[in-house]
Order: sequence, then structure tokens, then C-alpha cells
Amino acid sequence: MGHEHEPTLFDLSVKGRRAASFRTSGLPEWGAEELVPAEFLAPEDETVELPEVSERDLVAHFTRLTHRQYSVDLGAYPLGSCTMKYNPKSCDLAASLPEFANVHPAAPPSCSQGWLELLVELEEALCEITGMVAATLQPSAGAAGELTGLLLMRAYHSAKGEGTSRTRVIIPNSAHGTNPASVTLGGYKVATVGTNSRGGVDLDALKATLGPDVAGIMLTNPSTLGLFEEDIVEIASAVHDAGGLLYYDGANLNPILGVVRPGDMGFDIVHLNLHKTFATPHGGGGPGAGPVAVDERLREFLPGPRPARLGDGRFGWQMPARSIGRVHAWHGNALVLLRAWTYIRLNGGDGLRSVAEMATLNANWMKERLRGTYDIPYDRPVMHECVVSAHGLAKETGVRALDVAKRLLELGFHAPTVYFPLIVEEALMIEPTETESPQTLDALAGAFLQIASEARAGAAGAGAAHDAPSTTPVGRVDEARAARHLIATIDQRAS
Amino acid sequence: MSAPFVPHTDEEIAEMLAFLGLESLDDLFSTVPEAIRLAGGLDLPPAASEADVVGRLSELAERNRPAGSRLVCFAGAGAYDHEVPAVVRSLASRSEFVTAYTPYQPEVAQGVLQAIFEYQSMVARLAGLEIANGSLYDGAAALVEAANLAAAATGHQRLLCSAGVNPRWRQAVRTFSAGSGHALEVVPLAADGTTAWPSPEEADGDVGAVVIGYPNFLGCMEDIAPARALADATGARLIVAFDPVASGLLRTPGAMGADMAVGEGQAFGTALSFGGPYLGLFTCHLSDVRRLPGRLVGETVDRDGRPAYVTTLRTREQDIRRERASSNVCTNQTLMAVTAAIQLGWLGTTGLREVALRSARATRYLRESLLSLPGVTAAASAPVVREFAVRTPLPATALVERLVEDGFLAGVPVTEGFEGTEFEETLLMTATERRTKEEIDAFAASFEKAIHR
Repeated sequence: MGHEHEPTLFDLSVKGRRAASFRTSGLPEWGAEELVPAEFLAPEDETVELPEVSERDLVAHFTRLTHRQYSVDLGAYPLGSCTMKYNPKSCDLAASLPEFANVHPAAPPSCSQGWLELLVELEEALCEITGMVAATLQPSAGAAGELTGLLLMRAYHSAKGEGTSRTRVIIPNSAHGTNPASVTLGGYKVATVGTNSRGGVDLDALKATLGPDVAGIMLTNPSTLGLFEEDIVEIASAVHDAGGLLYYDGANLNPILGVVRPGDMGFDIVHLNLHKTFATPHGGGGPGAGPVAVDERLREFLPGPRPARLGDGRFGWQMPARSIGRVHAWHGNALVLLRAWTYIRLNGGDGLRSVAEMATLNANWMKERLRGTYDIPYDRPVMHECVVSAHGLAKETGVRALDVAKRLLELGFHAPTVYFPLIVEEALMIEPTETESPQTLDALAGAFLQIASEARAGAAGAGAAHDAPSTTPVGRVDEARAARHLIATIDQRAS
Repeated sequence: MSAPFVPHTDEEIAEMLAFLGLESLDDLFSTVPEAIRLAGGLDLPPAASEADVVGRLSELAERNRPAGSRLVCFAGAGAYDHEVPAVVRSLASRSEFVTAYTPYQPEVAQGVLQAIFEYQSMVARLAGLEIANGSLYDGAAALVEAANLAAAATGHQRLLCSAGVNPRWRQAVRTFSAGSGHALEVVPLAADGTTAWPSPEEADGDVGAVVIGYPNFLGCMEDIAPARALADATGARLIVAFDPVASGLLRTPGAMGADMAVGEGQAFGTALSFGGPYLGLFTCHLSDVRRLPGRLVGETVDRDGRPAYVTTLRTREQDIRRERASSNVCTNQTLMAVTAAIQLGWLGTTGLREVALRSARATRYLRESLLSLPGVTAAASAPVVREFAVRTPLPATALVERLVEDGFLAGVPVTEGFEGTEFEETLLMTATERRTKEEIDAFAASFEKAIHR
């Protein structure tokens, strides 16, 4: 990777240099003062200054930055809960087709029949996969899907006259941080339930928490421990008996594709992370897409307008009768949706089932390879990921989960998720995904084992982990300094 | 194996199962209760090759009409047909940017982190404010988050939002207010197309945010001073929904008194994309940085003192703050932010000014051409720069359909969010730097025929 520090584009700027050129228009060349009323026109000393570089410098700069960046295309990325599987290039090809990529979102339906049909097909496929009856494709990411789902929950209870009496949403203490944050934004209070000794929801605690003031529960199944919730049927009936709804956080949908469906488990609302399960690339932190699928009771509340079959072979937009309204400026992250549609077609129903099987096989294999070297809390067969702990290793050698993660970077892998879920000390959350081969898994497991055995061999080995990474573009980054002395723009650096 | 992206051979699967002491793949799912397992598999089309899928996509593609030489685009309304050069497409599609995750491990993510830092630096300057975050989903999401920040900072949930703010963004604010409890009050436009703000006395009481479009949705240039004064008198934050392209010509929102400026960044390197993924621009004063939604990248050093970048002020974020977080944003639109940084680097100072100037010229020429036609009048009298609305003898929706037949996307009918106002069924139009005199002349000729057919 690129070890040489790369100056910013601002540092490379030379006044008067340029890359941009424009179409010859033949239009009158009115001056700015003829086009903009004087009170709005930026005076000379308020000109927005941007870097001025040649096209060649621009290419060199951003190419050098890419050499300082790890990615799925480069190697394994076992970041738990993130499902960093390989992103098929066929899907990129689909998203680059100009007949899709260049359609204006406000073009009349006569100009977007192909898009509308594709979106309807995607919605139908996602409903089949989740066991639901209808879906909105608008939410831009998982967290947006969560909040949309909670607003649907609110609309449902309001329509029954229970909008103000149901004030709490239950969340297990193993949940992703977006869940409680979304609950607050949805206008609800969080009620946390604990985890039992097998890693599942504490059913007794749940039943004690349920009541007429509970709007519903948000569950991730399999959980962030990688475990399937064995009591899901009982949980669902208890929540439903109390008048609540079940929300399925789709972050961990990957290992149940074609195996079991949230709808069949009893869930009423499901969000999917297309950028996880359906292989759309993460883009360094987005764009994603977080469609929300629902059962019959919630269909009329979905956001709109929605793409719909009009019956005469044509497609158009429809607003559900009691829609909660828009959750996106347009129709959702359409090109991400197109990639997911392509991925589903490439795999077919049987292929998606294989995805689930191989993701689960890889995670269990990894867990067994690490047994005896790392601690295994909640020791049961796992689904898409395994959570192991460096607690024992840390006590023995001082090498903590963070050190293991940083040393892995040095050994050529991305790190797993660390210190999450919060209920496991020194957690290392490992999600290999189905697209990593047995050879890659073996090398990755070997790296985990090497780090532990070096640490246990003596101070030199532990020191190597503490000092890691030394072979990456930069070493351990001073995060405290970044927060204490904030420099978030080039202008703050100067001041 | 029947999955195209699974590498395992049958022999390897057998070995792995044996290592786990299992007999079949079904045994992997022993923890899933029998009663709820899916019998019979998913009812989806069978797996298809890339060639087969592209074949199907080609059929669907034929029923789309993309903006281009066969459908010349005069539509805007928050989605613009700007130039995206090959160099930006090429760099933005590099797989190191495309296939990375959120930069949780900064030692192997300096590429994305530094690109976001450069993006933040550029966007803060476009807005004329000190801080820009690392991106939000789109302009609508940015406005929703700004309203949340304003309410949290002021302790007041009343939002006075000009009807001149993009109606789809207003609707998103209204949707999410069902959860947050904000009270959205839309302030109508006067006949000239600018906001008829209430006096502080009429506004009557505490307000969390005053929101204005600059320029507004109908393209009108609005004086920000009355909105600033109203915000000052009511204790509100002033949120300006701005057009970042126009910052090549106009005084910035910050220079005009904004506390926060939000916008849609699609114009910087992202195709029309049927509406997404786009790019939410979010900017504010340094004094509000601890309430900032989303990711923020800061410059620091590594343990050897080398310059380095890292996501910072992380304690604001949902994964740490959980139910006390003021935003739930996790995945955002980083790739679009990186793309915007590349595009803005391609443009540079003079290029940005030229895009704004050339778009304003094309828009002026288009507007004058259409207003010279009998029966076509300006919907609003306030000055416009890069977008405008006209009244036509037939409803805008029907007119758009007619002109599609001639190869023009005439604009966006003003419907949603303007029901019952004098601006309903006007036609909102724009011309970017990609439009030529020849195209506009041909369009005006078709337009004239269409309205008098």
C-alpha cells in the first residue's frame, strides 16, 4: 500500500491551473452582473476558492489515495455485522447502463416504464425472501429503514387509537446502536431486555416488560452474537398477545436466505440492508439502501408514492391510502436497488439458499478453528458470524482485542469488529461471509492463531501486537488529539 | 454449488462439514425451529448468467427515456443534468473507493478518510460555514437532520419553513416529525414567489428553526435578511437550503447569515440516477459541531507523528450514544462525497464559477425564449438565476407529455406541495451548462407548437 504521505488537493493547488472544459453553447455571453442581482452576487473577496489542478494531477492524487485504502476487492474483510462479501461486477455494469443511470427522477412514467417494472419486481422478490406482502424501497440505509419501520408502527397504533398509550419499544441489550437511536427519533422510549445464558432474549424479562404501553420490539435475528433466536415463536406470540408489533432488523439476514423467513417467524415489519445481504458495494460508508417490507396490516401506511402495476401491463406511481408520507426526496437509492435486483437474478432462489449455507458454514468453521485459543462466550452453533473474546488472552498477556485487530491489519487482513456486542468483554466479532474460500479462511484463522501464540510466547510477541500496525500506510492514529484539537477542514488547519 | 459467487467445491464443503462433525448442510441450521423453516425454497426465477441478466435489462432499458441527445433535459427541481467528465467517472469507480467499508480502521482507510476531509473542506467553503459533515443521504435528509439539530439546540420544536423550500424535502420533514414531535408550519409564498414571513409578533412565541430556500424551489432569489431577523427575534436557528452550484456566483449562505446550510450535492459528479443515490450536504457553525449528525473526519497524526486522518467526535454517534444520540445515521453516502470532491477538484475555482455562469446564461436564454411566446408567462416576478417557473395555456403535466414526443424533457410540473396555490401546475424549468443555443431554439419551437396544438 502507499506509504508516502499524500498532500491534500489544496496543497497541490497552483493558481490558474485547470482541468475543466465545457460544451460550446453558442449562447450570449452575459456577464455575472447582468444575470445576478447585485445584492446576491458574490464580491471578488468572497469567491469560493477550490483547488486548482491539472487533470493529470487530479488523477495522480486520487489514485495515490486509493493506494492507501483497503477494500473487499483487495482481500478478506471479516467485519462482523457488516457482511463485507464480494460485490459482483455484473451489478456495477447494470448500474452503469445509461438507460437507467440517466433517467430524471421527475420524468413522467412514460419515460420510466423500465425502471418502474424493475422496482416492482425487486419489491416482489424482497417480499418473497422476507415473507411479507409489500415493501417501500425509499429508505436510503438501514438506519433510515429502522426509523421508517418505527413510524409505520406508530401509524398502526394511532389508527387503532393507541398512538399515545403505547410509548415504549423493547430492544435487547445486544442490539446495534442504530436501534435505540431510531427508537428515540421515532418518539418512543427504549425498554432494554437482557440476554439469557444461551445468548438469546431473556424471555421472562421480556414478558415482565410487555404491557399495554409497549408498541413493539426490535430484534435482530440472528443476533449480533451470531445466534439464531431459539425462542422466536414464543417471543412473537407474547408480543402479539400484548398488542405489540415485531420489527426485524435485517442487518443479519444473510444466513437465513431461503432457510427461514422473518414473516414466518412472526415479524410484522422488516428492513433489509441491500448493501450487506444483496452485495451492493459499501462505497467507504454508503450509499446503501434499506427497503422496509411489511405484512398486510401495515401495507396501507407505507411511504409513497410507490411503484405499482396498473393492470394494463403499464406501471405507475400510487400513494397508499394512509401513507406516513415520503422518507426520501425521490424514490430511494435507485442505482443501489438496481444492483440488488441484478444480484438476486444472478443467484436465483437456490443460489440465495447457498449463500446462506456457505456463510453459515464459514462462520462455524472459523469459530471451531479459534476454539481453545480465544474464549467463546455463548458457545452454540452460530449463523453468519461468530463472536469470540480476547478476554483470557488479555489477562494472560496484556494483548487486547484492539491489539489483535491492529496486528491483523499488519498481516494483510481487515480487522473484525471489536468491542461489540457490548455484552461480551474484549469481543472480536468475525463475519467471514460466503465469498471467502476455504484457503482464505485458513489463512485468516492462521493469522488469529499466530497473534495469540506470539503473545503467549513472551514479551516480544505481545509487544509486536501493541506496536501494530507498522506495515500499513500510517501507524496507530492519535484519535484523542483529533477530537481535542479539531481540524475538520483545510481552513481550520490554517487558523 | 448453485451460487455463482461461492467458491467452495463439493469436496471442500464435505471436509468442512466433517471438521464440524456435521453430516449435511441442513445440519448447520439445527438452531432454527423446524416449524418455521421454509419448505420448498424461495419462489424466485432461477439463477441467470450475466449475459442473460443484461439481456433482460436491455428489454427494460428500451422502455426508459434517459436524458441525452434523444431527450434533451430542461428538468431540475433538485436533480440536474450537469457535465460528469470521464476523469471523474474513472476515479470514482475505482474499487478501493467503491468496495471499502466505513473507515473504522483508520490505518488502512487513509484514502477514503483523506478524500472525505477534502470534501468537507470544499463543502464548508461552498456554504460559507466552518463545518461540513462527511455526507447525509440526500438534500431531504440533510434538512431533516438540520431541523433536529435546531430543535435540540434551542429546545423548541416549532419549525417555520418557507413554502419555497423543495416540497419533497418539506414532506420528509413532515413525515419524520411524527416521531420527533416537531411542529412544521409552512409559510406561504407571496405572488412574487418570495416568502411572506410573519412578523415576530405574528410568529408568536419560541421557534426552533426558520427555513428558507436560496434560491428557492421556484428559482426565485429571496432576501435572507427578513428570515434572519425572524430567527433572531424568535430564538430560532436559521437553516438555508442552498444550491451549491450557485455558490459559484452567489454570496454563500454563511455570508448571508445562515446558522446551518443544507443542500443536494448530486450536481457534483453524480448522474441523474432516477433520484438516487444522491448526496446530502450538511454544514453548520463550529459552535454546533458537538450536535453534528453523521460522520466527521479530522486531521491528526499517527504514533510516529505522521499526518493522518480519522473519524472524530465519535461520542456524538449512535453506536456510542445509543438512545441518547440525536441522529441515527450510520451508513451515509461516502462514495458520492468522494465523487463530489473529485468533481470539485476537476472544476476548481474558475470551473465552479463557469458552471454557475453558463447555467445562468442558458437559463436566461431559455426563459426569454419561452416568455416571448404568446400565452406563456412567468409564474413569479422575483429575480431568478438558474431555475424558473412559467404558466402555460395547458396544464404542465400534459405539456410535458407532449414535448417528450418531440424529444424534450420540458421540466417538472409543480404539483406536490403546492396544491391549491397559484403556483400549482406551473412548469419548473432549468438549463444547465450542457444546453446549447441550438437545443434551446429547437425546444422553444416545439414548445410553441405544443401549447397551440
